Amino acid sequence: MDADETAWERCSVVRVVPPVEPRKLAKVPFVELADGRLQGVVSSGSDIERVYVSSITAGTHALSCSTNNNRPCGALHGYACKHIRMLADEAVVQYGLDRVARYLRVEVPEGGSLMSQITGHVERTPAAVVFSRFLRHLAYLEVPDSTEPLAELHWFPATGEVR
Amino acid sequence: MLDVQLSELLGEAPAGAPEALDLVAGFDAALTNGLARLGEEPAAALAAMAGALAGTPVGERLAEAVDKVSAGSVADEHLAALAGGRAALFGAVHDALLARLDTALGRTRAPWEPAADAADPAKPADNLLAGCRIWLRELAIVGWRGVDHDLVSSADQTIEALLAVPELRGLAVLLDGLATELRASGPIATMERLPARRWADLWTRAMLLSQHGPWHHAAPEQVSGRLLILGADVHEHATVVRVQVHAILERNGEPGRLVRTSVAAAKVDTIVGPTVWQLLGGHPVLLAALAERRAVEITDMPLLPGGDLRWHDDRARAGEDADPFAIARVQLAATVAPAVTPLDRHPVRLAEVVLVEGYKSDGGSFDLGGNRIGLDLGRLPSSGPLTPALLKVSTACIGLVRWDGGQWSLQPLAVQATVKKQQVAAHNGDWALGPTDPKAAKAANKNGDVVAVLRERAGRLLRK
Repeated sequence: MDADETAWERCSVVRVVPPVEPRKLAKVPFVELADGRLQGVVSSGSDIERVYVSSITAGTHALSCSTNNNRPCGALHGYACKHIRMLADEAVVQYGLDRVARYLRVEVPEGGSLMSQITGHVERTPAAVVFSRFLRHLAYLEVPDSTEPLAELHWFPATGEVR
Repeated sequence: MLDVQLSELLGEAPAGAPEALDLVAGFDAALTNGLARLGEEPAAALAAMAGALAGTPVGERLAEAVDKVSAGSVADEHLAALAGGRAALFGAVHDALLARLDTALGRTRAPWEPAADAADPAKPADNLLAGCRIWLRELAIVGWRGVDHDLVSSADQTIEALLAVPELRGLAVLLDGLATELRASGPIATMERLPARRWADLWTRAMLLSQHGPWHHAAPEQVSGRLLILGADVHEHATVVRVQVHAILERNGEPGRLVRTSVAAAKVDTIVGPTVWQLLGGHPVLLAALAERRAVEITDMPLLPGGDLRWHDDRARAGEDADPFAIARVQLAATVAPAVTPLDRHPVRLAEVVLVEGYKSDGGSFDLGGNRIGLDLGRLPSSGPLTPALLKVSTACIGLVRWDGGQWSLQPLAVQATVKKQQVAAHNGDWALGPTDPKAAKAANKNGDVVAVLRERAGRLLRK
């Protein structure tokens, strides 16, 4: 290990989580790389009350899409439905192609797209877990503000991308 | 800050500090591999830490804890003692660094006055704190290398519950930040390098906070007067944003006091850049004062002994124009700095406001009469107008002196610069009411109102 690495390991403030890029949230409000899947929530285009929970599993590239009430997406058979495609597109905006491809273990050729390399089968995974993670995500917006000193936050500087 | 002051600051490390930090590194290595099966080397490292602290008030408990842990028994009280020992080492390093800084700057600091029996604060939910300790104990037992997805997720419910308790917010954002980093780093077992110091810092602080909750709510003093803002420091991780304002509090006939005040809002990872200010809209007087560079008149606001003013927007009203550079030039040198809350003493919290002028800038460091201090460019928030390019052409800078990894650095909060023969000033808080730079405004608008989208979704889906 060289001196720089040792110095890095001996710093209190280093960036561990890569930054995410801002994106439009209207159609795909929630995307995450977690539980061994790219997973997220896609708002229905026709019914404001309905959302789809879509995912691509890392490694096997199994595809899943259903409503939050666990009704299978009618458009998913054999190949990815538009919800999964939108999810993948937004994930690439948010995390960058490299990070998504690495997580899913997909080889994307130079200039190629992520979805052109995903040829997984359909394998329904329960929507409830992802949907509840989405609700937990939304619940942050309802946590009241704090005016406590929060000295803990000195470990977490706002690290704007150096422009 | 003058060149002689910088020269004094940058001198050799305070006596004993490198040795203390080596002891910490030994502890951090032990925590990386876990306390369950403590090898010879980490066991020796813990014993060395206990040995160094033998003559201190934590000495006895620490020695016992190291004995027990080395013998394979890892109980809560032992972990608390270990955390206390590590925190004590950092406390000593912090004090040495702060003394160096105060001496170099000629800054007067108020002494810490032990609170006269502050009414015992309402004890926060014990079962919640116990839940935190269980998670922290599991982490310590398996070590960072042994942390898997299930262990990270097992903290979710505790964190959610903590977020609902206002006085435990610090612990909540701390654990949430740590859990997010652990999750994003998986599989940790095969990581090439680990942020060992950082994660052990977070673990230690969490361990201390989950004994009896936070320690900063000793009886506050109610203060009224004029608040002259020097600059805004922005803190952020995936689920929180906090703006901490550094200011001089003026009261009739008293020397000005350096104070901090802050507002924090919960958020999600997709709310980034200038958009974060929208989340702080519940504090309009403070945001307007930042954006319009005004003083603030405050009435009966609680000031904690550590120099933190607990912000109440309804007890503040905007005052006259107040240019932070003019204030810093005229008043900063004569102010009194606050005492440091004892359990907060860790070098990470060193953030002393200074004004620097007359330097040569290469965009990455300032050369002041042959002494060079690095600029902490990683701390330029994307929610404000400061850029390395602006720093390069800057002629004056208000910043925070910080210390990490054995080095001092300057975190810019505001600069004056000459751009196209025009004097310009840029402050971290300039965009508090929305970006004033057309390019930044356009970029922020491109994605629509993300906060409104998420609030709509929350309103429709959460209460079913």
